[in-house]
Amino acid sequence: MQIIDLDQTDLRQANAQLQNQNTATKLTAWQILNPKGAHAIAVGLDAPIDVTVEGSTGYYCAGMNKQARLRINGSVGPGVAENMMSGTVIIEGDASQYAGATGHGGLLVIKGNASSRCGISMKGIDIVVHGNIGHMSAFMGQSGTMVVCGDAGEALGDSLYEAKLFVRGAVKSLGADCIEKEMRPKDLAEVQALLERAESTAKPSEFKRYGSARKLYNFDVDHAGDY
Amino acid sequence: MCGIVGLFLKDPSLEAALGRMLTDMLVTMSDRGPDSAGIAIYSEAVEDRAKITIQSAHPDQDFAALEADFKSTFQQSLALQRKNSHAVFEIAQNQVGELRARIRRAHPGIRVMSTGDNIEIYKDIGLPKSVAERFDIPLMKGTHGIGHTRMATESAVTTMGAHPFNTGPDQCLVHNGSLSNHNSLRRQLQREGVVIETENDTEVGAAYLTWKMQNGSSLGEALQSSLDDLDGFFTFVVGTKDGFGVLRDPIACKPAVMAETDQYVAFGSEYRALVNLPGIADAHIWEPEPATVYFWTH
Repeated sequence: MQIIDLDQTDLRQANAQLQNQNTATKLTAWQILNPKGAHAIAVGLDAPIDVTVEGSTGYYCAGMNKQARLRINGSVGPGVAENMMSGTVIIEGDASQYAGATGHGGLLVIKGNASSRCGISMKGIDIVVHGNIGHMSAFMGQSGTMVVCGDAGEALGDSLYEAKLFVRGAVKSLGADCIEKEMRPKDLAEVQALLERAESTAKPSEFKRYGSARKLYNFDVDHAGDY
Repeated sequence: MCGIVGLFLKDPSLEAALGRMLTDMLVTMSDRGPDSAGIAIYSEAVEDRAKITIQSAHPDQDFAALEADFKSTFQQSLALQRKNSHAVFEIAQNQVGELRARIRRAHPGIRVMSTGDNIEIYKDIGLPKSVAERFDIPLMKGTHGIGHTRMATESAVTTMGAHPFNTGPDQCLVHNGSLSNHNSLRRQLQREGVVIETENDTEVGAAYLTWKMQNGSSLGEALQSSLDDLDGFFTFVVGTKDGFGVLRDPIACKPAVMAETDQYVAFGSEYRALVNLPGIADAHIWEPEPATVYFWTH
């Protein structure tokens, strides 16, 4: 186990050490101590390593992650796992705004609540939130899957493309062009698989599916009021 | 950007350390705003006495002139407690109106930072650490306080453009964000006779709350109506005689984190501001909801 104590190690140095690992690295287990809300912890990783952060982080933790598996034993500030490409990021606490924004791949798990704009412009990332999500989540989501075990805030999935949304609790309101859709057997299977990977015991049958009505893809003067 | 911190103590044993804790919190937020910093501290009131904090760019001559004026008007000496460019003093409640009128008329260099029974406001250009040391903030005792570090966007970097803004007796406001309708709202308030001294957007927000309260609203009601009347981005923290409140606009893109334990309620623009508070590891920590008024009172 490689231990980096941020009380003793400069953040840039810590990130450089993590970023220097490659696919063949033998140093696969890392622990980061005393994050104390610092920004940009463990960003830009690109190696199959396990990183545990012992405490809460500030902005952009695990941004641009590739391959690495991160677990944050605390809460995270805005922009966690922003633009993630692959790998896994698990947050034991809550996440602030725009968690997983623009993510292309990988799995982001938030065991507490996520606030506004969760999964905004998601492009292939899978996101599982054990608690609730805030307003404008999955705005302009292009692909990927979001599973929410709690409630969703206002304007869920506004201007949605092909991201798939599953919510177990109440949805305060749906955004423009987002509609409820039928839960098919393959959707149940997909939700089941994601819940298992996200360490959740929720039942897939309790979720509702939401997706794009596909009316806003191209400009249509009849829909001018919806844009 | 801008950074806000707030600390409301439930446990009186922490009151001696309020200034130090609030200063530490604000210093961690320095890189959210390097332009100016300010702190409002609420401490015990003296019965029948009002507390006034004043500031001047030429404190030696301006404060001496005020002392002389006070003596000739009230046949009493004004016990100024000087702190750098600021000074605080206590006077009888029935002297406040006359003194403020005389300051406006005869002492143009003096700005009133705050009036009330409990509040003192200190603010100036510079980084939080330097501003706090200038006014001996770490040594101050109190029941609750608010701090702000500013990254100026809507108006010049001046002492008067620094936060907190005194919105009424024992009330103050700090703001992270920018109001986009402050010019039209300023004109509207000025037509109502409200005096607004700077081009600053937050001062208009503060004046708006004061005006609402003068017309019968409670602070909670004034904050609620600001959601309809203020256009722009804001996370507000307000201080009152016996408490503090938090309000974020409905979009809520300006950050906010709160922590509560049996000993205190704390606010920070970021979690970093809270990490050194006692018992933070076991505190209830959450992000305040958009368009929701939060309030704590003693």
